[in-house]
Amino acid sequence: MGISEFFQHLMNGLTLGGIYALIALGYTMVYGILKFINFAHGDILMVGAYIGLFVFDGLRGDAPLGTWTFVSFFIAMLVSMVSCGLLGMAIERIAYKPLRKATRLAPLLSAIGVSFILSNSAAWVFGTQSRKLNYPFDNTPISFGGVVITPHQILILVVSVIMMVTLKLFVDRTRMGKAMRATSLDQDTAMLMGINVNKVISMTFAIGSALAAVGGILIALDYKVYPTMGTMTGLKAFVAAVVGGIGNISGAMFGGILLGLLETFGVAVFGIPTGLKDTIAFGVLILILLIKPEGLFGKVEKEKV
Amino acid sequence: MILLETEALTRAYGGVVAVSKVDFQVEAGLITGLIGPNGAGKTTLFNNMTGLDVPSSGKVFFNNKDITGFPAHKICRMGIARTFQNIRLFKELSVVENVMIGRHFKTGKDATHGRFLNALKSYVYLKQEEQEIYEAADNWLDFFDMSQFKNELAKNLPYGRQRELEIARALATDPKLLFLDEPAAGMNPQETDHLMATIRKIRDLGITVVLIEHDMKLVMNICDTITVLNYGMKLAQGTPREIKHNPSVIEAYLGKEEE
Repeated sequence: MGISEFFQHLMNGLTLGGIYALIALGYTMVYGILKFINFAHGDILMVGAYIGLFVFDGLRGDAPLGTWTFVSFFIAMLVSMVSCGLLGMAIERIAYKPLRKATRLAPLLSAIGVSFILSNSAAWVFGTQSRKLNYPFDNTPISFGGVVITPHQILILVVSVIMMVTLKLFVDRTRMGKAMRATSLDQDTAMLMGINVNKVISMTFAIGSALAAVGGILIALDYKVYPTMGTMTGLKAFVAAVVGGIGNISGAMFGGILLGLLETFGVAVFGIPTGLKDTIAFGVLILILLIKPEGLFGKVEKEKV
Repeated sequence: MILLETEALTRAYGGVVAVSKVDFQVEAGLITGLIGPNGAGKTTLFNNMTGLDVPSSGKVFFNNKDITGFPAHKICRMGIARTFQNIRLFKELSVVENVMIGRHFKTGKDATHGRFLNALKSYVYLKQEEQEIYEAADNWLDFFDMSQFKNELAKNLPYGRQRELEIARALATDPKLLFLDEPAAGMNPQETDHLMATIRKIRDLGITVVLIEHDMKLVMNICDTITVLNYGMKLAQGTPREIKHNPSVIEAYLGKEEE
């Protein structure tokens, strides 16, 4: 493999990984605070993609590619983030909060239920045929010394990096971020420190869902939008979160990017047939669970006696 | 003046009545002891007064305001803080960070509100606020004579110090009333002596203290008034001297004397 070929795969892997990372963050943040896997997260990504697609089409109308289509794309992304944030909060309120004191299996089943409701409703409302997001700008590939990069890839990388840096700053620097960290360490004690835990949980769902919406729209740039599009991507992002150490924010980012790279290089370099591409993620999951079950960045939780 | 009061507070879990119609009063400015054999309902009573649990019936009043069923974070912001029977520090955070968390959510009216925008507006503002919180935390560490451990991880402190750190963190929320659940549990005699002095110092700051404790030496030494629970009911209330000579208290602890 030549050097330019290597960079080509690296670039492809990073863009794919960036999207996985954005989605994985939602899983990991919710798990960190509630010790619960939100299996409806993948479907929120799908809703985000649809909203983005419709808002973008509505805004651009018949306008030719140019500044306006570019701006419309970002407005569409913003609208989709806000709507999905609210959707995530509503789902938590209706489907998870009443079950917070129930057995751990109950909210999990509820989440699977919500996942079906979302994907079936989407099929009912939008139809099962897949749609394509119109290009927001010219996507003619650019070549850098043999490495071909599409403007979409650049956009995906820039947007996912900005989102991750913002999230990291939010969690590390702001009071709400601190409240989130405290809540994930010990909910009862956090309450006694004056932290409104319900608000923290709502906020966590809002942020996770907004990031999923971004993930959904970025996927829509290069892939089709259809009611079950969130299932496989959601599962893979979940794997990424587990690989990075579920509950750990940096871990999710790292896990997502690692998974993107493994998938790309697995097919391109190790000759794994494209048809088996999806098995790479789950193979990695099994390996991690066998070798380092707490994930790469995770901490071993000791049972208190 | 009565700072906190429960009125016929009852907490039942299914058929098990953990606390039954307890009238408990806390006089402002004093150290109140809450004692009783294991399973008497002391911690349950604490949980029901601090919002971690909701009474089945009965009421809780703080400063004459009905706070029954208020969420814990609201009760905390009204000025009630507590520690736990088993240490619940943020183990992976440093000593000073633990205390800072107690402080963070106290500044401002509703401190979790709108701060992200403030943070975006001005990094300087954020720095300055962080500095204030740090200094306040530092003062509490000084009060506990723990400044030298400031940057240690909480989990690496000696046991007695961890217990005191938990108290420091509770105090950082700026309470009028402090609940301590078995603060001397597992301490050696020197550590207990140090703790007694500390609790007195806390009272001298004007903070009312309520403590659950099995160490009778500590209870009899520092409490101004004691309430005894047995089988979820209030058995007696009085000064340490009265309690020591109360026949039903002696019976509850030692059993009835054979004829």
